[in-house]
Amino acid sequence: MPRILGIEIPGKKRLEYALRYIYGIGPKCARELIEKAQLDPAKKADDLTDEELTLIAGILQSDYRTEGDLRREVSQNIRRLMSIGCYRGLRHRRGLPVRGQRTSTNARTRKGPRKTVGAVRGKEARAAAKTGK
Amino acid sequence: MARSIKKGFYVEPKLLQKVEKMNVSGDKRVIKTWSRRSMILPEFVGHTFAVHNGKIFVSVFVTENMVGHRLGEFSPTRAFRRHGAATDKTVALK
Repeated sequence: MPRILGIEIPGKKRLEYALRYIYGIGPKCARELIEKAQLDPAKKADDLTDEELTLIAGILQSDYRTEGDLRREVSQNIRRLMSIGCYRGLRHRRGLPVRGQRTSTNARTRKGPRKTVGAVRGKEARAAAKTGK
Repeated sequence: MARSIKKGFYVEPKLLQKVEKMNVSGDKRVIKTWSRRSMILPEFVGHTFAVHNGKIFVSVFVTENMVGHRLGEFSPTRAFRRHGAATDKTVALK
């Protein structure tokens, strides 16, 4: 399996798909990247020569923000929102959806697994709820 | 959807006037405002606004990081006061 920028190990896929395994590279960036490197998008990632790999790595480093850098940028942006105390920051702090979605139902991605609150009837049900936790 | 860049930012004209007057005279008083939709401009930095949230005026001290946000973003209109009465689980957490 080829490696790009140290950690990335895209599999036995066409280049245009394999590149998307890099954090920060989606369909658009992958296509752009292939065009810039003048490679064949249908080529399997395994078939890349060392020169081609270094070429891709070079373009990635100069033109795109990926992996650690991108993750850091994202978390910094979120930290900024939280530190200035604006509405979006408050939503991040509470782990609730930020962009005005409903929270009465759904919003499970942000809220995590359901936490049942309220009366649990009967001794047996209560014991079950406790062990389940 | 975000506001079109073509239109530029929006600030309540009167509010901007007030801030500019204060910038010239150099005094810092709390500006009471209902205009939650006004964008925070670089001129606003260092001022304190009392932004109405529908019930009270929340005082907002504007820092550099807040430029580009709206005043209303810093004055929450809803206050969530936990669900239900204290159960033994919540008591145990305390």
